[in-house]
Amino acid sequence: MSALLQVRGVTKKFGGLTAVNDVSFDVAENEILSVIGPNGAGKSTLFKLISSFLRTTSGEVLFQGKRISDLKPHVVARRGVVRTFQETTIFKSMTVRESVIVAQHLRAKASLAGYFLGTATARADIEAFGRYADELLEFMGLDGIANELASNLPQGHLRALGIAIGLATDPKVLLLDEPFAGMNPEETMRTVNLVRSVRDARGVTILLVEHDMPAVMNISDRIVVLNFGEKIAEGTPSEIQNNEKVIEAYLGSADDEVGI
Amino acid sequence: MNGLTSKQLIGFSIFLLAIFVGVPMAISATGRWDFYFTLTSVALLAIASAGVWLTFYIGRINIGQGAFALIGAYVSAILVAKAGISFWISLPVAGIFAALVSVLIGLPILRLRGVYFAMITLVLTQVVTLTALALPITNGAKGITSIPLPGGISLFGLQILPPFDSMADTKLAFYILACILMVLTYLALWRLVHSRLGHICRSMQQNEELASSIGINIAYIRIIIFAISSFFGGIGGALFGSISQSVYPSSFQVQDSVNFMLNCFLGGLGYVFGPMLGTLTLYFGWDLLFTLGKYQLLVYSVLLILVIRFLPNGLLSLRLGNIGKGGGK
Repeated sequence: MSALLQVRGVTKKFGGLTAVNDVSFDVAENEILSVIGPNGAGKSTLFKLISSFLRTTSGEVLFQGKRISDLKPHVVARRGVVRTFQETTIFKSMTVRESVIVAQHLRAKASLAGYFLGTATARADIEAFGRYADELLEFMGLDGIANELASNLPQGHLRALGIAIGLATDPKVLLLDEPFAGMNPEETMRTVNLVRSVRDARGVTILLVEHDMPAVMNISDRIVVLNFGEKIAEGTPSEIQNNEKVIEAYLGSADDEVGI
Repeated sequence: MNGLTSKQLIGFSIFLLAIFVGVPMAISATGRWDFYFTLTSVALLAIASAGVWLTFYIGRINIGQGAFALIGAYVSAILVAKAGISFWISLPVAGIFAALVSVLIGLPILRLRGVYFAMITLVLTQVVTLTALALPITNGAKGITSIPLPGGISLFGLQILPPFDSMADTKLAFYILACILMVLTYLALWRLVHSRLGHICRSMQQNEELASSIGINIAYIRIIIFAISSFFGGIGGALFGSISQSVYPSSFQVQDSVNFMLNCFLGGLGYVFGPMLGTLTLYFGWDLLFTLGKYQLLVYSVLLILVIRFLPNGLLSLRLGNIGKGGGK
């Protein structure tokens, strides 16, 4: 299996602090890969480095063999690597449907002037946007609240909306930022199934950053574990569960316990 | 989304009738010819305010429109008075020149948001004023005076428009010209806001990071919008220079830039036609309070604060039917 996304020796320093240190791993096509780690392990930083919302200090991220690190976020999105945000980052005063329509920017065939002048291409686009929005909303189970303002949605629906916005760009890789944070087990299960169906039904490769362990063990094909900015383990969920370094990172080593 | 409802069409027709037929009739009936100059000023200031409104639409507070109006006024004045070029050519050139300058200025400053962007734009007017004082081509403090009135337009030897100085009523001609340009400006603005570009602007206004994550080149859109905004400023300024037949470094001051912004606030940021109503109200409001003498500024400021406090969405949120409802939902 060839790697779709390759993280190669990525390092990020903020002044004297090394947030991510020489991290490498591959994401295969059609895989669900999770990056986990205790608080402050550098997960979020790594996430931003992959989506180019931060510049790397050294190392690089390759997508389909081409470098995507240190580009502008919209260029990375255009290549097919799209990130989602946590639920507070939405288009607050747009409806669910409007959000998913505007997110189809990369599917547009007409130019901005074309939309202004109302050319045939632009009109066809607008129709296609609407149709695809309806299809996506149905797929995500949001069709019942298509015309609700995003700011009125409960948390669970906001997550789904965030994923729908990401999907509307036709991504090849979708990066999910803590998709299960703050959810009860039942909501988590529903979201796990949703994410899995995004991969299965739409063929989207998924890389997610998360610290809800049970959900990660359930959903992931493979897991990468970070601690203090370094990769300490990589493997299938069962390998990770039995990895001593991982257990140590999460629970503290015997020595630490004595220290306390 | 793009079509006008019949109610809006009726409102628009009434509006056109009022400004092109109603006002001239009312003025000739009452003999208040001075109102032409006032209303012409309102129309051209409303054009510049439309630009400021557009920068609000991508979430930027623009207090620098006076700079671009001044640039437009000078470009047109220099082209007409010094190079002898027709006013009708100088008008779009003035707009385009202001837009080009705004691209150069916008590249570094449009990264800023909120109060930081506002603060930088606040100094722009002063910068352009000082530049106009220093440059030889702008004639320094003496300004450019006795700018010839717009000439006629002929196409294929056919005279479409007679020269303004041959007309019996120059004031009326300028009034009609300013109103036509104003209507065109707001129609373009309306169309823009309701096209996909408007939808993209709203997404950026609400969350720039999310907008860039879905593949929108936010830096590019910001520049485009700022350029269009400044184009309107340049057109408004050029028209002003032509009407007053003179341009001075003080023709547009920081106070004017602030007023352009206030026009938008007052009319309502959620309504495309807000700045037009805002300009009219602000311009006449100030004049009407003239009788209060030294209390004019005090009363005026208190009224403004009250409006902004109690009508945060502008005068149009009082809503006279649905006419002029623009952005938002």
